[in-house]
Amino acid sequence: MEALTSILFHGLAYAMILYIVSVGLSVTMGLMGFVNLAHGVFAMAGGYVTVTLMNTYAVPFATALLAAFIVVALISVVLERTLYARLYGASELDQVLFTIGLIFMSVALVRWFWGPLPQPIHLPAILSGQLDVGFRTFPMYRTFLIVVGFILIALLWFGIERTNFGAQLRAAVDNRRMAESIGIDTRRLFSLAFALGSGLAALGGGLGADILAIYPGYATEYLVYFLMVVAIGGLGSLRGPFVAALLLGFGDTACKYLVPQLGTFFVFLAMIGLLLWRPAGLFGRA
Amino acid sequence: MARSPVDTLIRRHRLRAIELLPWLLAIGAYFVFGDYLALGSQILIMILFALSLDLVLGYAGIVTLGQSAFFGVGAYAAGIYAAHVSGEPLSGLLVGAVAAAVVGLASGLVILRTHGLTLLMLTLAVTALLAEVANKASFITGGADGLQGVDINPILGVFSFDLYSRTAYIYCLVVLFLGWLFVRRLVHSSFGRSLVGIRENTVRMHAIGSPVRRRLVTIYTIAAALAGVAGALLAQTTQFVGLTVLGFERSGEIVVMLVFGGIGRLYGAFIGATVYMIAQDTLAKLQPEFWYFWIGLLLVLIVMFARGGLLGLVDKAIRRFR
Repeated sequence: MEALTSILFHGLAYAMILYIVSVGLSVTMGLMGFVNLAHGVFAMAGGYVTVTLMNTYAVPFATALLAAFIVVALISVVLERTLYARLYGASELDQVLFTIGLIFMSVALVRWFWGPLPQPIHLPAILSGQLDVGFRTFPMYRTFLIVVGFILIALLWFGIERTNFGAQLRAAVDNRRMAESIGIDTRRLFSLAFALGSGLAALGGGLGADILAIYPGYATEYLVYFLMVVAIGGLGSLRGPFVAALLLGFGDTACKYLVPQLGTFFVFLAMIGLLLWRPAGLFGRA
Repeated sequence: MARSPVDTLIRRHRLRAIELLPWLLAIGAYFVFGDYLALGSQILIMILFALSLDLVLGYAGIVTLGQSAFFGVGAYAAGIYAAHVSGEPLSGLLVGAVAAAVVGLASGLVILRTHGLTLLMLTLAVTALLAEVANKASFITGGADGLQGVDINPILGVFSFDLYSRTAYIYCLVVLFLGWLFVRRLVHSSFGRSLVGIRENTVRMHAIGSPVRRRLVTIYTIAAALAGVAGALLAQTTQFVGLTVLGFERSGEIVVMLVFGGIGRLYGAFIGATVYMIAQDTLAKLQPEFWYFWIGLLLVLIVMFARGGLLGLVDKAIRRFR
């Protein structure tokens, strides 16, 4: 029982980070069919902005996160307009090569400026304690992650399901040419979605800095996880990646907790099985 | 007079004089750069590895980031064989090839049913899975410390490996030559042409009755075996196997080498791997942190401006010249 609550709790916190980072990727891939392997770079950048602002300039955690969101969203939209946009409709291989190029460049830059070691994050005192709920205590930081995760998800769902922007986005994902022919400016829409998705990734990187360590290998080490969330969830959906993130979060935590000698072996095996069973993802359309 | 398609294919298969150039250079390098033969062996190994990737990516058009899985399996199989069974090198190569082929066949059978992002994802996942196995099964692979105790006997009982990598260089060169002969024969065969057909138009190949999936699984397995041989060569010549053989960087690097030389043209692997390895050896010494930055930048530039890599640029230059 003790073990089960621990796994569920830690798994849920982990799933939130995975979801916040990956959801933007799902939209980019679903909307423009762009294989963006460099999505993790935006999360990494967000993490570095957050820890640098906090450690060097003593900026409060919340402000640093907001700054990370804005800075990375701006950088991403510049990249999108100047580079990504030239490769819409290009072959999958070209997109893969281009984004691997971006990964290599960002890894080198990050190592140049910050060195190879993981960046420590000094959480505010209120987040570093334990939350006592009577029958047992939970780490405050992870509780905070879960709460923030649910708030962000609620905002995201409201934005996509209830606003005009969201309706346009859904229309464009469903059928881009039809959406264009009724007057939706899909280029502008896509730039916005791209910036938003990258900003969210940055937020995830900053929020999760204590779980997914901020170091130069970030973009490659966790790439498989981010991609898996999207591939298993199904492209262009919001619900799919959430379910996938939950599966991955619980599965990964359970494996590390119960069978540490096997590590993540079973997680990868299960993910391969899932993808073979549903190649288009759990909620994707084949 | 118009040539028949059969003539064109036969002409293409005929050995041209220029195709001997890489081999003459490689033999010449043995005498001229006697101090750099360790690097030379590494280059030859990477060429073989890139050739295997060219079969899958360049000819069959399977976008994979998991070719290092087979390189790694070959390296570990050959390394473990040498450490625990026998230090005989040629049987070690065979062990590496067979182990990689088995993994290639098994994974190919399941993952080649998918395509696009899912396939890409699965190639990554298979590699990550194997890396985790190598990491956790430390009682046999050495885990994060790497596999130690890889002692290799003299080749054929005569040529022992020396400190200056002379034997290693010749050994790698001979294996690469045989591998190249095989690959060259393969891509010019009707099987090889059907792979190009699948790459260019899968639907049409289905329509004319080509067993598409069986072809893809076959080439995936063959390429896996070749990558396994390359991995085994690395294990034998460096007498060490580390976890990096299964890393994402390794997969990325080999794709970069191939793309840099030019994909789907057999010799891209030669040029790309040679230039990459030499550049890495010199530039990485000066600025080790920044090496990946230049590679990344180069990759972006190639995608934007020079599809076809260095050989593609050479083609363009020749066409303009005429």
